[in-house]
Amino acid sequence: MTNAITANQLARSFGDVKAVTGVDLEVKEGEIYGFLGPNGAGKSTVVRMLTTLLSPTSGSAQILGMDVVKQANDVRLQIGVALQEASLDKKQTGREILTLQGRLYGLNKKQIEKRIAEVSHVIDSDAIDRKIGTYSGGMERRLDLAASIMHNPKLLFLDEPTTGLDPQSRASVWEEVRRLNTDLGTTIFLTTQYLEEADELSDRVGIMNKGALVAEGSPTDLKKSVGSDVIQVKIDQQTDAAKALLSELSSVEKVESGPKGLLISVNNGAAAVSSIAVALNDAQINVQELTLRTPTLDDVFLDLTGDRIEVL
Amino acid sequence: MATTTPAKASINDKTIVAKPSGFLSDMFVIAGRAIKSIPREPEVFIPALFIPAFFFIVNIGALQDVTESIPGDGSFSYKAFQMPTAIIFAVTGISRANGLVTDISTGYFDRLLLTPTKRLPLLLGLMVADFLLVILLCLPVVALGLALGVHFESGILGIFAFVLLGGLWGLAFTGFPYSIALKTGSAAAVGSSFLLFFPFAFLTSSTIPLDLLTGWLRTIAKFNPLTYILEGMRSLVTEGWDWTAIWQALAAIAIVGGFSQFLSLMALRGRIKRN
Repeated sequence: MTNAITANQLARSFGDVKAVTGVDLEVKEGEIYGFLGPNGAGKSTVVRMLTTLLSPTSGSAQILGMDVVKQANDVRLQIGVALQEASLDKKQTGREILTLQGRLYGLNKKQIEKRIAEVSHVIDSDAIDRKIGTYSGGMERRLDLAASIMHNPKLLFLDEPTTGLDPQSRASVWEEVRRLNTDLGTTIFLTTQYLEEADELSDRVGIMNKGALVAEGSPTDLKKSVGSDVIQVKIDQQTDAAKALLSELSSVEKVESGPKGLLISVNNGAAAVSSIAVALNDAQINVQELTLRTPTLDDVFLDLTGDRIEVL
Repeated sequence: MATTTPAKASINDKTIVAKPSGFLSDMFVIAGRAIKSIPREPEVFIPALFIPAFFFIVNIGALQDVTESIPGDGSFSYKAFQMPTAIIFAVTGISRANGLVTDISTGYFDRLLLTPTKRLPLLLGLMVADFLLVILLCLPVVALGLALGVHFESGILGIFAFVLLGGLWGLAFTGFPYSIALKTGSAAAVGSSFLLFFPFAFLTSSTIPLDLLTGWLRTIAKFNPLTYILEGMRSLVTEGWDWTAIWQALAAIAIVGGFSQFLSLMALRGRIKRN
């Protein structure tokens, strides 16, 4: 399988600010690649470089074998992009946006009509002839997605496609992402700050933090790296004492402080719960809540960076 | 929000793929979008319809008797003299630059940059729409002039040439608001670009014939390209086909247009690079 995206030490600075510090990426054709990280991690900057909107300060990147700087126009023919904010002209109708998009990608009238019929399921069917100014945020994002696939791109970049969407609109975008990938083999590069989204959709995930790629792998493998299970303990005081106490238990792999308590990585959650509860009780540490769950990508992020993407 | 259940996805025709559409096609697609938006933004052109007509009538009311009483051969018509000024006021500063600012701020300009279109048609397409709009804005002023009794010595063809010169000047000036829009992305800054027109508009023979201007103002007016554009347009009304005046007007338009469009192209380049 060939690479849809290859990046070698891709970096971008804005004055003295190093937004992206040297990212290496390999995304295979047909893959859904989730690019995860908190706000300001550099995800959008990487997308803007890969989609030819921004020149790298150093390093290089190829899209479907074409250099993003030297063959920018060839790259643009092959990719579809939905940027972070739905970038639409609110005085146009949905149909006008899609028609204009089709024309700029060299489609003729008949092809445009056919493609509008094919992508119209993404948009509310009664909205396509309405001005975009009357659309809700969710409808705008879905129209933006429809516009980005008008020309059947081989590679689709979706920059936080569901940020701020209601659950129904989010589900609709997820469904279309899966359909594009499964039915058409479209490679999808998806940035998100929603862990569930990355987990749900991605074959592989890259985790960005402070301009660098800090981890990469399938969601399952990444979560396994934290431990089999996570026990979350909410206590109101003696946090340091509890941390020290639990670190010494043989069933515990790692203890970290989160915003709302301790996160304890263990291999066998069911077996470890009782020993943890007993140890805390013996030490007269008051436990408010104790939860056993499987690790999330947020735990992976915490493990790697000492910080969280989402507050628990 | 409307909560319509998405329709079932249809099978995509994968034979439909992107291809370069060509420079002219891209330019006319962008122009088409800009032209469609004109009636949707009446606030852009309605002031440009009324303000020149207002100044035309007020200037005639204020200065016609004074200027026509000055001893001469008695053929001077202040209405004919004022018509080019009214046209210039109608068309100067009319552009889609504010629309471009909106496109930049909403991210739609980025969407256009992501398409395989060449960069120049993104700007030239807007200017095609501007040219059409300024030509349309000339027509009511010409109609008003004709209704007030202005006679074109150059005939019907002269009226076309007169409107064309006005349109070309309007197009030449658009480079200034576009360069400001691309450089700043600010609607307020674009609005202030009309201030650039003030020295052009008032340090010239816009209200009083060149010969009647005081010494220092006459000297400045001789270096003001708008003087030659006004004189070229006036010649079509009062003298017929004075090719020297017409060529001088075209040269003045070319100089201002060359400079302003150079600025806009540099600003476009800067905007793309900044992205």
